Amino acid sequence: MVDLKRGAAIVGINEHITRYSPDKSELQIQGESVIKALEDAGLTKNDVEGLFTASSSIRNSGLNLADYLDMYPKYVDNTTVGGGSFEFHLSHALTAIAAGRINCAVITYSSLARSGGVSVGTGGVARFGHPRLDPSPDSFEELYGLTTVGLYAMIAQRHMHLYGTTSEQLAEVAVAIRKHACMNPEALFRTPITVEDVVNARVISSPLHLLDCCVITDGGGAVVVASPELARNCKQSPVWVLGVGEALAHQGAGKRNLMEIAAKQSTNPAFAMAGVTHKDIDMAMIYDSFTITVIETLEDLGFCKKGEGGEFVSGGRLEIGGDLPINTDGGGLSSNHPGMRGIFLLLEATRQLRHQFEGTPRQVANCNIALCHGTGGALGSRHSGGTVILGRD
Amino acid sequence: MPEWNKPLPSVVGETKPYWDSCRRGDLVIQKCDDCNEYQFYPRGICSNCWSNNIQWVKSTGRGTIWAYTVTYQNRTLGFAQDVPYILALVELDEGVKMFTNIVECETSNVQIGMPVEVTFVQASNQISVPYFRPA
Repeated sequence: MVDLKRGAAIVGINEHITRYSPDKSELQIQGESVIKALEDAGLTKNDVEGLFTASSSIRNSGLNLADYLDMYPKYVDNTTVGGGSFEFHLSHALTAIAAGRINCAVITYSSLARSGGVSVGTGGVARFGHPRLDPSPDSFEELYGLTTVGLYAMIAQRHMHLYGTTSEQLAEVAVAIRKHACMNPEALFRTPITVEDVVNARVISSPLHLLDCCVITDGGGAVVVASPELARNCKQSPVWVLGVGEALAHQGAGKRNLMEIAAKQSTNPAFAMAGVTHKDIDMAMIYDSFTITVIETLEDLGFCKKGEGGEFVSGGRLEIGGDLPINTDGGGLSSNHPGMRGIFLLLEATRQLRHQFEGTPRQVANCNIALCHGTGGALGSRHSGGTVILGRD
Repeated sequence: MPEWNKPLPSVVGETKPYWDSCRRGDLVIQKCDDCNEYQFYPRGICSNCWSNNIQWVKSTGRGTIWAYTVTYQNRTLGFAQDVPYILALVELDEGVKMFTNIVECETSNVQIGMPVEVTFVQASNQISVPYFRPA
């Protein structure tokens, strides 16, 4: 196989900082993000050859975005596998660039989940009347009142049953990430919380409490990816793609052990391509739809053994200054989660690798290598996992 | 028959025998005649060996709770009024897991590993929905 390590770099980023934006369209948020990310890179519209986007609300998202921005990309990828789609996009952009098809790609996303009143986690199949269910799998699932929270909650319940994981350990994840949100002026929630606050909050779907669940916001962002040659001429120092891995996990005809998530399949290819080990990871961006998502992901990525995640996340290990700082922007649990959050993992990892927060408490010290893992879909039924390892010069 | 305000399944050729059996009060699953694997949900192809040599077999209708959650919030019509209810994955004796609700069970009594058996509720003239209750 072609060696893809350092075959492309992130050279421009922008986060549309809005958390509530009822007066803008989703395409406008994407457009504004793309323009600013290209400015950040020192590139222009004419440099963009590849367009990568996913949406759960924009029909034909890539086509409509190209129309809106009057672009004629020669490489288009709308891979949509839930919230982690953007880790897949970066993986695919790397491949397209390394193959010489394109020199520059833009990845973008936006959503108005909050101003649109979308109950992402607890809406169930339909808040307003019932659509016709697909014959399968919906017709064997939606009859029973599935919610996104519920599908993660079942995994949390079984994790507790098998390994003795406690609500307090789940809460440790939320507390650490809230601590980071307090350092991010754009974060939705910036008031510190305690383990007691989390376990005393109302239960949404047992054993998950309100503060075990991510927030719902508007928002968006963009990432510019470039070939090594182009990257060296950009304004910002490049953040190299060192390794990528992609995986899907599903019910396996009713026989899969659903406690093993897609991260288990995507982690080894990513680490092998990057040629690094877990000890080399200075910080990680772990998709935190729910606190259990973080514990399951850290286990299956190999940061600790299966079942030991509850212990691993305790005692401040996930905080800046701890062994493995994660979600230093405040994550989906406290900063923002506009329907899908995968793109924000790439944005914050890039900021950390650029040492953008040098001299402030938010900067992870000596941050040279970062890992992002996006999870999309639901752990209890079917989901995707995209692992990306990034590094600075 | 009370008015049914929860979602109803869509029935197509590959899943019709399942729903026909449910209406008669039998839970059926599929077994491949070529590779002998069971599968759930039902489909027109053996997902393991891709053969179409699939038989419908009657399940014992018994199993254990593999995972569950007590749902306190769901905005979907029919469930919004039903909270708290128990959403579960039940592992049938045959080894396949299926989504269901645990009924005739206090939310404080449900446990992983609890033995359960199928019970049907008629939702329409065509559809009876399989649920599980403590066995």
